[in-house]
Amino acid sequence: MKNILRQFITDNFLFGLQGQSFSDDDSLLEKRIIDSTGVLELIAFVDATFGVKVQDDELLPENLDSINRLVHFIEKKSKAAA
Amino acid sequence: MCGIAGIINPPGSEADPSLLRHMIDRIRHRGPDDSAVYVKDRAGLAHARLSIIDLTSGQQPMHNETGTVSIVFNGEIFNFPELRDGLIKQGCRFRTRSDTEVILRLYELKGEDCVHDLNGQWAFAVWDARQEKLFVSRDRVGIAPMFYTQAAGAFIFASEIKAIFADPRVARRVDIAGLNEIFTFWVNLPPRTFFENICELPPGHSLVLQDGAVRVACYWRLDYPTSGSPRHIDERECAEQLLELLVDATRLRLRADVPVGAYLSGGLDSSVIAAVVRRYTETPLKTFSVSFEDAEFDESRHQKEVAGALGTEHCEVPCSYGDIGRVFPRVVWHAEKPILRTAPAPLFMLSRLVRESGYKVVLTGEGSDEIFGGYDLFKEAKIRRFWGVRPESQMRPLLLKRLYPYLPKLQAQSPAYLQAFFQVGDSYASSRLFSHLPRWELTSKLKMFLSPEVLQSSAAEDPYHRIEAQLPEGYDRWDPFSRAQYLEAEYLLPGYLLSSQADRVAMAHSIEARYPFLDHRVVEFANALPPRLKMKVLREKYILKRAAGGLVPESIRNRAKQPYRSPDSQSFFATGAREYVEAALAPARVARHGIFHAAAVLKLLEKVRRGQAIGIKDNMAFVGILSTQLAIDQFIDHFGEVQ
Repeated sequence: MKNILRQFITDNFLFGLQGQSFSDDDSLLEKRIIDSTGVLELIAFVDATFGVKVQDDELLPENLDSINRLVHFIEKKSKAAA
Repeated sequence: MCGIAGIINPPGSEADPSLLRHMIDRIRHRGPDDSAVYVKDRAGLAHARLSIIDLTSGQQPMHNETGTVSIVFNGEIFNFPELRDGLIKQGCRFRTRSDTEVILRLYELKGEDCVHDLNGQWAFAVWDARQEKLFVSRDRVGIAPMFYTQAAGAFIFASEIKAIFADPRVARRVDIAGLNEIFTFWVNLPPRTFFENICELPPGHSLVLQDGAVRVACYWRLDYPTSGSPRHIDERECAEQLLELLVDATRLRLRADVPVGAYLSGGLDSSVIAAVVRRYTETPLKTFSVSFEDAEFDESRHQKEVAGALGTEHCEVPCSYGDIGRVFPRVVWHAEKPILRTAPAPLFMLSRLVRESGYKVVLTGEGSDEIFGGYDLFKEAKIRRFWGVRPESQMRPLLLKRLYPYLPKLQAQSPAYLQAFFQVGDSYASSRLFSHLPRWELTSKLKMFLSPEVLQSSAAEDPYHRIEAQLPEGYDRWDPFSRAQYLEAEYLLPGYLLSSQADRVAMAHSIEARYPFLDHRVVEFANALPPRLKMKVLREKYILKRAAGGLVPESIRNRAKQPYRSPDSQSFFATGAREYVEAALAPARVARHGIFHAAAVLKLLEKVRRGQAIGIKDNMAFVGILSTQLAIDQFIDHFGEVQ
């Protein structure tokens, strides 16, 4: 899952540029990897790829603002749905 | 407005009239009515005329009675009849009714100090053969353009860079530091431009060339009161004074020997100007607007409402996505630098409509948002500062929802994301550039597309250090609101709004735009007001709205600010655009120019083509990269071939 998310972020927001490195814990907002509307692209991808719908009250940096936070959030939502 | 150009060769080298003819021919769109070249020894002046005042005898270059002082002038001096009367009383004799001759006489009387008497928009050059001295001046806020360079011992100047490039002694190269500035601030910090060794004379500055040395000096600058200055102001009286000033500024700007029209955006500022014309003068008025097929950008309902209420003869040009894409290369040719938004393109189409309607001059509402604090950026900075004092507050973040109501995707954000995006309470708080850092940081992310070589080269200079070094004495003592206004009015206004989005696209179709809000008396009046009269709590342009009571329809006066915008990346995939876009962004072309990372640009192009570039950053990147590629094609690789 981490790799899929990293690949999407690298392709979609960093356009494949390897020099723009970021760790699994880096804040995507603080590193300005995604802008204010980039998060909308991110949740559309999470829905399409993992079948996880992000509710309005879940649209929080603590759920979505790093690879590790995304993984944790998607796993939690998937378990709840199972 | 007109087009001017000139060459001062080193002593002993006569100026070449055919070269001057070639230079002025490059900018004949600025003055299609007449053109002339004058050479005297090492000095040469050229002029392309757009006849607006004194149609019969205002030809240029113009000379004094002894032929020792000569002038080329682009622009208008709106108070020239009063200045002329005063000069006649002092014994001056005039051969024409033109404002050009007034400048010439004033220069003879007062020398470089003549500019202080002028109310207008100008760029002029005076060759004083008596002293072997060139005196060049540009208006206070940067309405009229003026560029210059030095090559092979010659000093070369013109209204547009393309005229300077007509001189084969001038090298045509991208200035990487200039590109770095545009990809930070949207504009260059004068005198730097996008081209190496090509300088822009800053607004409010004059230049003297004498004995081979160039001296540039500031004669006017934006100034604001010290923060917290106690000053009681009667609001009613203040609004009345403002209206009186605006009426006079507009009245002066109706002076022309040809009919004057007005742009109407559907917002407050252009409506106020049109209303002043209708209410306080006898002038019949024709108004012009752009309408968009996409409702997100369209304001035609409001435009028609104002036109109907004021009884103007109104016409509009509809603008589709495809239209923007098709005219964009012409817009870049006129802008002469990369642009990050397509907004100049519809205004290029609008000036064409004005020309086709038989008009040469329009009034616009430009400048009001800068001097009265109309932009959401000012509101954003105020909220960020207010929240930053109490970062733990749960209520203050809700204010961010009041920002940018016209950006639906931004409105879809949760407060938590808005807080993170607007960087409330972070390390920006102590920055002297606080108000503009979110915008500039976002824009700076576009640099990730730069090639490794360009990235390394541009890292040699920090644009923030450069802009901080330019900040004037007293800046830190101004109110934070005034500091934000200064950054906007000093840089974005002349560098983008008055140039790429105004003069350059208007003059592309030989249209002169005039700006009553930028009459220096209005600017100085507004700047002297305390910020609370500009933005009252979060109500923008408070004092202007008060002054406009009863002048414009209430629905327009109370309308939430909607800045002029146009569709960006989605404009480039209709017939007539797709082909040149694919060619300009082809990996081989991108690699050959060497500015951008070809593979990353290709990925961006694919994302845009899929319709997935919905964010501000992606759109700015696409338009910025495309316009950079086009500018290099047009000005460096194929300059001689572009018509």
